[in-house]
Amino acid sequence: MVLVLALGDLHVPHRAPDLPAKFKSMLVPGKIQHIICTGNLCIKVVNPCRIEQLLSLRCECLAEEVHDYLKTLCPDLHITRGEYDEETRYPETKTLTIGQFKLGLCHGHQVIPWGDLDSLAMLQRQLDVDILVTGHTHQFTAYKHEGGVVINPGSATGAYSSITYDVNPSFVLMDIDGLRVVVYVYELIDGEVKVDKIDFKKTTTTTAH
Amino acid sequence: MMTGVAEDEDKWLAAGIAGLQQNAFYMHRAMDSNNLRDALKYSAQMLSELRTSKLSPHKYYELYMRAFDELRKLEMFFKEETRRGCSIVDLYELVQHAGNILPRLYLLCTVGSVYIKSKEAPAKDILKDLVEMCRGIQHPLRGLFLRSYLSQLSRDKLPDIGSEYEGDADTITDAVEFVIQNFTEMNKLWVRMQHQGPAREKERREKERSELRDLVGKNLHVLSQIEGIDLDMYKDTVLPRILEQVVNCKDEIAQYYLMDCIIQVFPDEYHLQTLEVLLSAFPQLQASVDIKTVLSQLMERLASYAALSSEVLPEFLQVEAFSKLNSAIGKVIEAQPDMPVVGAVTLCSSLLKFSLHVHPDRLDYADQVLGSCVKQLSGKGKIEDSKATKQIVALLSAPLEKYNNVVTALKLSNYPCVMEYLDNETNKVMATVIIQNIMKNNTHISTADKVEALFELIKGLIKDLDETLHDEVDEDDFKEEQCSVARLIQMLHNEDPEEMFKIICVVKKHILTGGPKRLSFTVPPLVFNSLKLVRRLQGQEENPFGDDESTSTKKIFQLLNQIVEALSSIPAPDLALRLYLQCAEAANDCDLEPVAYEFFTQAYIIYEEEISDSRAQVTAMHLIIGTLQRMHVFGVENRDTLTHKATGYSAKLLKKPDQCRAVYACSHLFWVDDQDNLKDGERVLLCLKRALRIANAAQQMSNATRGSTGSVMLFVEILNKYIYFFEKGNPQITVASIQSLMELITTEMQSDTTTQDPAADAFFASTLRYIQFQKQKGGAISEKYGTIKLSDS
Repeated sequence: MVLVLALGDLHVPHRAPDLPAKFKSMLVPGKIQHIICTGNLCIKVVNPCRIEQLLSLRCECLAEEVHDYLKTLCPDLHITRGEYDEETRYPETKTLTIGQFKLGLCHGHQVIPWGDLDSLAMLQRQLDVDILVTGHTHQFTAYKHEGGVVINPGSATGAYSSITYDVNPSFVLMDIDGLRVVVYVYELIDGEVKVDKIDFKKTTTTTAH
Repeated sequence: MMTGVAEDEDKWLAAGIAGLQQNAFYMHRAMDSNNLRDALKYSAQMLSELRTSKLSPHKYYELYMRAFDELRKLEMFFKEETRRGCSIVDLYELVQHAGNILPRLYLLCTVGSVYIKSKEAPAKDILKDLVEMCRGIQHPLRGLFLRSYLSQLSRDKLPDIGSEYEGDADTITDAVEFVIQNFTEMNKLWVRMQHQGPAREKERREKERSELRDLVGKNLHVLSQIEGIDLDMYKDTVLPRILEQVVNCKDEIAQYYLMDCIIQVFPDEYHLQTLEVLLSAFPQLQASVDIKTVLSQLMERLASYAALSSEVLPEFLQVEAFSKLNSAIGKVIEAQPDMPVVGAVTLCSSLLKFSLHVHPDRLDYADQVLGSCVKQLSGKGKIEDSKATKQIVALLSAPLEKYNNVVTALKLSNYPCVMEYLDNETNKVMATVIIQNIMKNNTHISTADKVEALFELIKGLIKDLDETLHDEVDEDDFKEEQCSVARLIQMLHNEDPEEMFKIICVVKKHILTGGPKRLSFTVPPLVFNSLKLVRRLQGQEENPFGDDESTSTKKIFQLLNQIVEALSSIPAPDLALRLYLQCAEAANDCDLEPVAYEFFTQAYIIYEEEISDSRAQVTAMHLIIGTLQRMHVFGVENRDTLTHKATGYSAKLLKKPDQCRAVYACSHLFWVDDQDNLKDGERVLLCLKRALRIANAAQQMSNATRGSTGSVMLFVEILNKYIYFFEKGNPQITVASIQSLMELITTEMQSDTTTQDPAADAFFASTLRYIQFQKQKGGAISEKYGTIKLSDS
């Protein structure tokens, strides 16, 4: 059993101050084996909490940079580049193999029309993956398609989107076990975290890797 | 030679101990044989060792403790002697025959202890006698230890109320009198030490004195333990007598230590009730006394006392604790004109903490304290002393920590005035602390007035306060600060659109003064805040504010145009292009065609004039095509202009594969699923054919430069686009065209000159698998795919 955290489109601090506190309290280090992030973390800050050094004032480090925060949750972090990311080293697409599954990662602004399932399916064929994770629309979706899965974890901060109205913060946890993957969606609705579960089984029509 | 002195001292101490032990040995032998005469003789000789002047307080203490232990045994012996029939009165007389005064007085105190216990005379008389007799020793060190011995012996023999030594009606006065007298004499001896010996040893002497301070302070502790002292007695006698001694001794070390001691040993309730008397002593102390520490201690204690129970709060009000402390601080600062800034600020800071804890509801008190702080700082310019700076930060942090709501701090009119005195660097740190407090407590700043006040407060982060220093600012620090401002902008919110619009205007006004370096951080959050407001308004049929349209979406878009335009001063073309496209889509959602067109035009101008990096161009084209594809507000003419431009840009990208991909992406501009008037099959096909030509050209170019044709990847991608539009029902995309494209790819893949590309092979294989899947799916889609032949997959 492998736990994979998928999230993206945080847009900190352009569109949201930080990850919701409720999410932060749920995400604890050591439980997750891989993190895949579709991108748009936005600005990279190198040394937060200088106040402590300067004035020996006790302060809670709220300005922790998203990238470093994710690293503390799990060192195996995969990120693709969103159109607002300052970090130029993030690739446009990325594939990785976890257990029996081949995963593809892409922010999604490159796939036109945005959020269009048939176009995403084309990218999935191109990357030749079982599970394709993309973002950009800020809308959580999970589709079974040609025996594969296309997932959009939504925006982890519930950031404003020109595509989706009334965005709720959401992220996805994938529990990969053999040929089975259970996708848990965590959505923050009116201050409460709602969890949904979607079950997928890998069929034989796709090639195993 | 310091080591020499220390070695000598060790020798003297060893000699003293040896002499002491030798005499103690004979004394024990005499006691064992009940020989009182010899016991007295040897004990006196033993105690003579304490007459030395050669030892430092530390070493003298060691010698004294050994003598002390021996004296306990002697006291037991005296007690047994009285039991054996020797009169205690005679004994009291007898010990006074000892030749030297110091041994005599130690022996007298020891017998005195037995005398009191015997109750043959009132305790008060014996104590009075002893404390008077001790005047005979005027050498400070010897006198202090002798009196300390007396204090030690008498502790449990005071004629306190309820004690077995309780005397007549005035018994408690007698007990107090005795202790205060001993205290007074000890303090005099202690102070005198300061004035003995050469001036160059002042430092050593002060160190030695501080080693002895607890001997003096012990008396105050004894006083605090006397049961019979009630508040009245404390107020009328005890405190005034102690303070009299403290003030009159005019000694810096003694005053500092004893004031602190008073505050520590007596109960807080007494302090509160005698506040006026206690505080009146402070301005009378020597100018060099570190009053801020002592007074802060007092305020801290009183604040914790108040926190203990709400029942004591009326007492604070009754005695007007705040105003008394406030005026005392003023007087102290006046009395000590040389007090460094840090002293005055520390006092203000302590008083503020006191006020916040004891009177949290009295914001006027807090503001008053800040006001007096401003008064103290005025004319001093920016504070450079780092300790004072820390105190100012502590002062300014206190209300934030107490109320956990910056809105409360904004009500304190003197708060920004105090902040003015921080140096620029600390000012920025303080501003960051304020923002962090807002973030931590999730404080929403909800009116334009408050936002204005807040931005005034944090102006150190908003603009350059001192341009000459700009180069020295650390890049990362700067970035962190600006990120916190960006986060702050997210916290400004009001449900009422009109007020929210005002807030946005205030923020805009401030951030536009920030200069190019800050704009790339502050513009995006303000843009998205405005777009959120647009979205809130767009659902409403009518403008809720009547016809004046003060907060119409049009107004917001005008504002947005100005805000994004400001980025050109940086310049930040990539960011500006993205924000213009976001605005265009929002205008589209509001059905404002001219506005949307204007934003698109701006985005195009930036693309043409400022985005030159080929990779940035590719991403920009994705965003332009992706956004344009979603626009439904444009009429035919505008749409044609924009799509024509977009396909033109696409075909002009630097790398052939990028050209090809952008061109086939443009096909989606002519075929939009949910718009029936936008299904131009022919132009879709034109795009795809153009993409094919570019893919061919890419192949040939590769052949010419590398000797082998490039990957078939682009062809497979275009094939997938054919399939896409085929499924969507574009009549221009025929089975034949798909079939021939598949054949082309197969041929190319089998050609010897083609570069092997496993990724392209896998893509083609999965595409064929997809076609197979669709053929077998059943229903209309399978029928559609029926005629496509899959040769050898």
